[in-house]
Parts: sequence; C-alpha cells; structure tokens
Amino acid sequence: MSGEQAKLNRKDFVSDQDVRWCPGCGDYAILAQVQRVMPELNIPRENIVFVSGIGCSSRFPYYMNTYGFHSIHGRATAIASGLKLARPELSVWVVTGDGDGLSIGGNHLIHLLRRNLDINVLLFNNEIYGLTKGQYSPTSRMGQITKSSPLGVADHPFDTVSLALGADATFVARTVDTETQHLQSMLTRAVEHKGTSFIEILQNCPIFNDGAFEEVSGKGSRIQNQLVLEHGQPLLFGPEDARMGVALGKDMSPQVVNMESTPEEQVLLHDETNEALGFFLSRLERPEFPVPLGVIRAMDRPIYEKEVAAQAKRALSEMGQPDFNKLFCGGDTWTVE
Amino acid sequence: MAEVPSETTVREKPVEQVDTVVIRFAGDSGDGMQLTGTQFTNESAIAGNDIATLPDYPAEIRAPAGTLAGVSGFQVNFSEGRVFTPGDRPDVLVVMNPAALSVNIADLRDGGILVADSDAFTLSNIRKAGMDGDPLADASLNKRVRVFAVPLTRMTTDSIADMGLPKKTMVRCKNFFALGLCSWMFNRPIEQTLAWIGIKFAKSPALVEANTRVFKAGWNFGETTEVFVHTYEVKPAKIEPGTYTNMTGNRALALGLMAAASKAGKSMFFGSYPITPASDILHELAAHKNFDVTTFQAEDEIAAVCSAIGASFGGALGVTASSGPGIALKGEAMGLAVITELPLVIVNVQRGGPSTGLPTKTEQADLMQALYGRNGESPLAIVAPATPVECFNMAFEAVHVALKYMVPVMILSDGYLANGAQPWKIPDYDELPDISVRYWKGDLGFHPYLRNEDTLSRPWVIPGTPGFEHRIGGLEKDYNSGDISYDPANHERMTRVRAEKIERVNEDLNPLCVEGSELGELLMVGWGSTYGALAQATEELNAEGLATGHLHLRWLNPLPVEELKRIFARYKTIVVPELNMGQLVRILRERLLVDAIPVSRVQGQPFKVGELKARVKAIVEEGR
Ligand SMILES: Cc1ncc(C[n+]2csc(CCOP(=O)(O)OP(=O)(O)O)c2C)c(N)n1
Ligand code: SF4
Repeated sequence: MSGEQAKLNRKDFVSDQDVRWCPGCGDYAILAQVQRVMPELNIPRENIVFVSGIGCSSRFPYYMNTYGFHSIHGRATAIASGLKLARPELSVWVVTGDGDGLSIGGNHLIHLLRRNLDINVLLFNNEIYGLTKGQYSPTSRMGQITKSSPLGVADHPFDTVSLALGADATFVARTVDTETQHLQSMLTRAVEHKGTSFIEILQNCPIFNDGAFEEVSGKGSRIQNQLVLEHGQPLLFGPEDARMGVALGKDMSPQVVNMESTPEEQVLLHDETNEALGFFLSRLERPEFPVPLGVIRAMDRPIYEKEVAAQAKRALSEMGQPDFNKLFCGGDTWTVE
Repeated sequence: MAEVPSETTVREKPVEQVDTVVIRFAGDSGDGMQLTGTQFTNESAIAGNDIATLPDYPAEIRAPAGTLAGVSGFQVNFSEGRVFTPGDRPDVLVVMNPAALSVNIADLRDGGILVADSDAFTLSNIRKAGMDGDPLADASLNKRVRVFAVPLTRMTTDSIADMGLPKKTMVRCKNFFALGLCSWMFNRPIEQTLAWIGIKFAKSPALVEANTRVFKAGWNFGETTEVFVHTYEVKPAKIEPGTYTNMTGNRALALGLMAAASKAGKSMFFGSYPITPASDILHELAAHKNFDVTTFQAEDEIAAVCSAIGASFGGALGVTASSGPGIALKGEAMGLAVITELPLVIVNVQRGGPSTGLPTKTEQADLMQALYGRNGESPLAIVAPATPVECFNMAFEAVHVALKYMVPVMILSDGYLANGAQPWKIPDYDELPDISVRYWKGDLGFHPYLRNEDTLSRPWVIPGTPGFEHRIGGLEKDYNSGDISYDPANHERMTRVRAEKIERVNEDLNPLCVEGSELGELLMVGWGSTYGALAQATEELNAEGLATGHLHLRWLNPLPVEELKRIFARYKTIVVPELNMGQLVRILRERLLVDAIPVSRVQGQPFKVGELKARVKAIVEEGR
C-alpha cells in the first residue's frame, strides 16, 4: 500500500466524514489548502498525524484522511510533543484555535515553541470562541461586543505573533484564510522549516465575528492593508499607483512613508533571521499600520527531539547496552546462602 | 588517633543478644540524619537482618536551625525475625539537638537508650526547642530511659582538628560520629560504609578523610569509653537464599516499569512534573536513558499526562507519575485515555491532603479520587502495592493490564512506600514473564474501535502503518463504525463496554490470599502501605488468642466481589483500617452490603501496631 504515495492527490487526503462547519466558515478554505498542499510534500500519508484540541477548528483532524487525534481543550500541543518524542519520524501537525491555543492551552504552546520540536502548528485565529457560541477570546479586540462582553471587552488582547516570538519560536508566519496561494506557500515553508513552525491563520467566523479581518481580506481593502513580507525585499504595500513603505523613524518607531516622495533605501528590508525586526513587525498596530503577512521569523536552533535522541545515543555509548540484571544489582548487595 | 577498627578487631566489651531493635536518628534538617539512617540500614541489611525503615523529614528544605519545625528523623527496625513495620517505639533514640529530643522523646520506650549530642544542648538551643532547663539533666527522664550525653560535636572536631578544615565543615561531619558509634554499639559490618564514604565524597579527598576519621572516632569512642558497658548483636534473619539489595518503593516502581516495557518490547515514555514524594521516579528513570526510556519533564502535570498519551498513541508505553495535587490536574486527560482506549500507566504517590496538605507525609486518601475523580463514567484499573518491594511486581502487572486491555491503569503508592526501604531479592530478568502485545492483523473492514472478543480491547494501530489511517478522540464513538456518534443507545453501550473491560481484568488476577486465621472472629481488610502494620497486628492478635485473618487487596478496581463475599462470610467482624477517613470501607459496604467497620488514622504517619490492635480489639469487644 505504501506504493501509492507517488500518485497521491488532494482527494486522497479527504476523509469520509461530513464536514460540519457553518456555511461560509473560513475553516473550509484552510482545510482545502491543506489538502491541496499535502500531496506536494512527498510525505507518506501514513506518516502524517493531525492533533487538535477542542473548538470548531479542532474538528480538523476528522476531515483529513491521515492519522488524527482530536483531544481535549488546549492540550494538543502537549499530546503532539509526546507523540513526536516517541516517533520523531512522523510529520506532526497541531490544529488549534485562539481560545484553545492561547487561553486554556497557552502554557503548553509557549513551551512547545521554546523547546522547538519539529511540529507544525496552525493557529486559526477568529478572535472569538466559535464552538461555545460567541464569547470573547484572548485575541478579541478591546471594546468588542460579544455574548460574554455586552459592554465591550475590557481585557487587553494578545498579539499572537508577538507572543510566539516572545516564546522564542524559530518559525513564525501569518496568513489569511482567503489568500489561497499565500496560505499554501506558508504551509510549504512550515514543512521545510526544521523546528516548531507556527502559523497564525486569520480566519473569519461569519456567525459570531463576521468581518473581523475585513481590512486584510476584503476585496476593496486588502491591497491597502496587507504588508506581504519577502525575505530580503523592502517593506512595501499598497496599490501600484500609491505604494507605501515602512521605515524606521528617528525615535526608532515605525513610520509609514509614501514611496512617491521617499527613496527606496529608506524603507526597511525584510530579514527573517533578524529577531529585532520580527518584534518590530509584530508590533505594527492596525489601523495605523498594515498587517504583516508572510514569514516573520525563520531561524535555526537545535531541535528538541534530536537533542533527546542524541542523549539516548550518548547514554548507550557511555553506559552500554541495557542490562537489567546489572541494573538490579546497582546498589549494595549481599547474598544469603 | 585510636586504632582502625576491622573485622579482626577484638571486641573487649560483652555482647548482649537481642532479637529486634528499633533505632531512630533525629536532628536538624542540616544534620544529615537521612544519610545516617540510610547507611545504618544498609549495614543492617548486609548483616543479614530483615529491615523496615521510616524516613520522616520536614517539608521545608532548611527550616531555621535548631527549631522544632526543622527536625528530621529516620527510623529503622532490624531483626533476626520477620520485620513488618519500622516499629512503633524506638529502643534507641539518637538526637543531635534539643529540638530533636523534644519532638521524639515521648516515643522512646521506657528503659530505652537515649544518645544525645551534649554539645548541642546550649541554652539558646534549649530555648529554641521551647524548653526551660537542660532536659538531659531532668531526673524523671533519667529514671525512665538510659541517657547517654556524649560531647559529639567536640569529639568530631577534635578528631580532625589537624586537617585545617573550616569549623563549619568539621561540625558537619558529626553525623558520621553518630553512625560510627551506633555501628559499634550494634556490631554492624563497616567495610561497606568506609568504601561508601570514599565514593560519596570522591570529589573531595579531604572530606573522604575527614568523614572516615570521624566515623572511626565514633566507633572507637564506643569501644574505649567507660560510658557504654556492652554492645548488642542481632543475629541474621532466616531469609530465603538469594542476592539482595535495599529497595525503596520509588526505585522499585521505576525498575518495574522499565523491565515491563522491555518485556513488552516497547519503548517507554515517561512524562512528569516534579512533586514530592514522586520525583525520585523521574530521577531514577532519567538516569537510565540507555534502556530505551525517554523522560520528559513537562511544563505542568497536564502536559505530563498528555505527552504520555501522545506517546501511547504513537505506540510507546506512556507513563506519568505525580502525587495527589498533580493527579487532580491530570483528571481530564485520564478521561481522554479512557475514551480513546489507549494504554497508559499513572502513578500516584499519595501524600497528606487536601491541597498541598502534608507534602512529605504519607496518607491513603486518594482512593476515591482514583476511582471517581474524573467527569463522566470513567473507570480505570487501580492497583496498590503493599510494600516497597512489591512496587516492582505491581508496576509489572499494571503495564501488562494496560497493554492487554488498552486501558489506563493507576498505581496507588504513597510516601511511606516511596521512601521506605526493604531488602529486595533480586530477580533474574530473564525469568520475568514476557508481556505480549496484540497487533491488528486483519485487513478489510478495519475501524479503530473493533474489539477483541476476550478482552474487548480495541486494536492499537499506530501512525506509520499504511492503509489504516484513522482518527480517534475524546468525542463518543460509534460501536460499529468508530465514527463520532451522539446516539443515546450507542453511548450507553460504549460506556458499558469501557466498564466491562475493567471488570475482565479480574480474569488475570491471582486469587485472594488471607493471612492469619482462615476463619474466625475478625478479618482485617487493608490496602497499600498499611500491609506491615496489619500483618504484625494479625500475628500478635492470633498469638493473644483472637482468631484474626488479614486480607490485603492489591487490585482495587476491579474488585472480585463474589470471592470477597465468600471470604467475608467466614468472619464475625470485618474491620477496614486505612490512613484516611474511611474510603475502601465505603466501597466494600456499597459493593458487598456488609457492615464493615472503619479504623481511620489521618496523621500523616503509618499505623502504630499497638494502637491499631487496641482499636480493633475494642470493636470486636463492642460486637460481642
Ligand atoms: C476544559 C474545557 N473547558 C471548556 C470547554 C468549552 N470550550 C470548547 S471550545 C472552547 C473555545 C474554542 O475557541 P477557539 O479555540 O477559539 O476555537 P473556535 O471554536 O473558535 O475554532 C471552549 C471554551 C471545553 N471543551 N473543555
Ligand atoms: S461558529 Fe464560526 S468558527 Fe465555528 S464553524 Fe461556525 S463559522 Fe466556523
């Protein structure tokens, strides 16, 4: 059966389960792109595992014809960590939501990122709790009216990307559910990256938070507001006839400059390996600034499961092949005749 | 310097034969009493005695020196007969300061020996211990016990004064003086101790020399001083032939889990978050990475159990260990293992609760938590080792059951088993049974909840197996297809199947074994670490003419209800002693409809045999 790998196509990754998201949910688009990219990755289907927590987004594994584990709220990252440590050869994917990954599961997420296991994390951010029908989440904006915040959200939200960078993630990217090509290229980059790849996917929940990302996904506004990052390229955005750039002001604060009157050298160049620039980008606040999309950080750091495997190897060479009888007699012993 | 003692040293003082001795070392947390006690225990084991130990240390790593809160103790019972418990009351009490005396003196039996470091009985130390006058001079104490006031600190520093060590370092050696003195007093073999000092302080040759000299000074002091008139000897116990080592419950658990995983041909994954008194299991396993063991120190207990579940999903043997508070955090994830029907071993080394409770003290109050501490109908298999050594076998059985039935199994240990030591007859690994793991061999019609007819377990098809890609999860699944199902009748069916799997574990268990009288007046039913106290009490009660049986349950879920009913029917009174407010007793009353009577103790300490007997006898009297 493993011979089939070579000719896999999108359909091979579609499971026999009916997809049950609400009509128009951004999750459909993400699922479609993931299923489209999978055959291109040349990973045997049986070696792919999707692990999720709880939430609308976390239903994802049931729809993928791969191995899958729909677990408990917030803990997918921890389950995936154990799985990857036990089976480093598997391609492990975590699907989580802004509530699942940043609220109840925030602790596990930051620890996964700092350890840097070679796992791909897709965080569907719809700035709302979908499955529990519309309460605010840790990414909901201040003042947002939701079922549990009739007078507006009083909590300051997390910026997902800043949080991931702060947890020392080695790969952080952002994309949008409706940007099919961009989403696919981010998935491919995530797979190529060795270490934890974290992708925030801005996802529309038409039922409880419709249009939350209108500025980056709306037909009329997306060009205005998407700062599409390319390694080594200047930070430019806006329509061809009204290009804008992001520059560093004298006080080190970000500034939007008009390219008609600004020489291109003054605009910052994107560098995925520059940690300070990554933070700088993650702090660009809408609506004053555009929303950075693309790979914000990509850098190398030792991979946890490889370090663990290296230790096991070292233990074998230093302490020898396992010998239980020797182990049992490890302490002081005495013999009764 | 006095003579070097050796095997050939002629003992000049008369030797008195005794059959059993209970000795307790007590001092400040910084005085090294755990070390002293442990090494004295090793000497006694090597001397061929049967032994049981009770380390008793405070939760604070270093409470203010000299205070009552900072007192740390270590008790060992060694005998030429069988030893069941560390002993109710010490025959010998060694105290390093007034606080240690104050905390422990009431336990010393009348006529017992008190050895005290008289140098530590300064006015300020005596005040810190909340006493007025010098207790060593107290007439009534001197009448009740034999007091040996030994200038232990001064003799320690004198014996190494020429080494040029800082004063503080010299004073810290004084526990070796105490160890040397007691080794002399009880004719302990000391070669191993001398060798051990060499290894323990290998990094500092000066400390090796200092501690060796102090140890010998203690020994020689006993031999030469007028203070002690004779030494004691406890003959070797009649112990089954074999090679032995001292084993604590935590170490036995770690070794048992490793051996079982290996016998099942499985990698072992251990996810854990440090907590007293379970951390030593993590330490032990982390030291054996060459045995195909991965240890993962997770960010919290939830991540610890979840990582173990992830590893089991991947085909490894997932194991996690904690104590009560951590087990509380693992609750939801244990339910996930129940509904996804994955093998998982959860160790709970119980301690005094609720909340942080008594972190370093023992208790058996998590049985209800183990049985019911999850949402929904969520049964686990539960096993409770009775002795430190049994932790090895029970770990082995737990792994077997987890893999055979695809269920989570909880091992209920406790602080007393975890740290208590006992001679372990070292098994031959090659003679331990293999644990077979069943793999899915079929082809067509696969779904992840197909069941084995005998065990009802579902197939463990692991990621990487081509053609059997499937999804599992915490939502209820359809019995016939494995798809998500909210069907009411299906939910009941699946709930019953999960319960029935645990019931079928009964078929793998050994028949129950009653010790003491086969029938009669009284049956004591216990579980876990109270075994020793109950066994001792049973022996004594029978000797006193009260026909007493002792049934110690190893598996608490499932319970062999019919077998229990038959056994219970042979006795007039059923008593259930537990270190809690009465948990097993409630289960037995409910499941068997018997009027079993609780005997509770929740003081963070094991049962004392004398007290237990008195309470049990009162119950029998009342029933007459
Ligand atoms: C322990 C626990 N607490 C609460 C819940 C209820 N719950 C389920 S999903 C969810 C929030 C989901 O929000 P998010 O992660 O943003 O996912 P979405 O549904 O929006 O995709 C909550 C609170 C639960 N299932 N388990
Ligand atoms: S509630 Fe929102 S997030 Fe959930 S399925 Fe519906 S549209 Fe999608």
